[in-house]
Amino acid sequence: MGVSKEQVESALRSKLSPSHIEVIDTSGGCGASFQVEIVSEEFEGKRLLERHRMVNGALVEEMKDIHALSITKALTPDQWNIKQQESATSQPPSTTT
Amino acid sequence: STRCFAALNPELKTTLDKVVTSHKVILFMKGTKDFPQCGFSNTVVQILRSANVPFETINILDNEMLRQGLKEYSQWPTFPQLYIDGEFFGGCDITVEAYKSGELQELLEKASLS
Repeated sequence: MGVSKEQVESALRSKLSPSHIEVIDTSGGCGASFQVEIVSEEFEGKRLLERHRMVNGALVEEMKDIHALSITKALTPDQWNIKQQESATSQPPSTTT
Repeated sequence: STRCFAALNPELKTTLDKVVTSHKVILFMKGTKDFPQCGFSNTVVQILRSANVPFETINILDNEMLRQGLKEYSQWPTFPQLYIDGEFFGGCDITVEAYKSGELQELLEKASLS
């Protein structure tokens, strides 16, 4: 029995009340494999290892059936805003004539 | 298949204490450093190679008791698991992130000097 992307998302939503979340199914149909990007105030003051432990902890049940979980981002809302601004300003300046 | 309940008995814990401190840098992975059997494990091997530090790998696919025990010992559900100086550092994503930020190199340098 596999786990759906929706199950992963709702478990994370209920336990970490994220301000942004993106779960991507990376299994390509061969089994439960997900990529997670999550922004939550609960990460405030916590080191990366601790944040990942919180995500793993929120998915204890699901992890039994998940083959691979990749946490690509676990950020606080402040860090997320900075990243968003950075990527917005790192665009090449548009040339106007 | 048999499931391993209460894998981490005191005896196994003592053994793991010894194993994780047996080398400054030790990676518990799927496969070996010369023949990784999973992309995540391979990623960490490549990072450690490019960091240019000596490291040991242990293939958890060879030992089911070690595999189950380590999950509890590290409180980490997946492999690879990287230990530096006897302390659990993280899995693949954390290692990648720390490598990009330079934090890993710093820690590795500190570990091999101490």
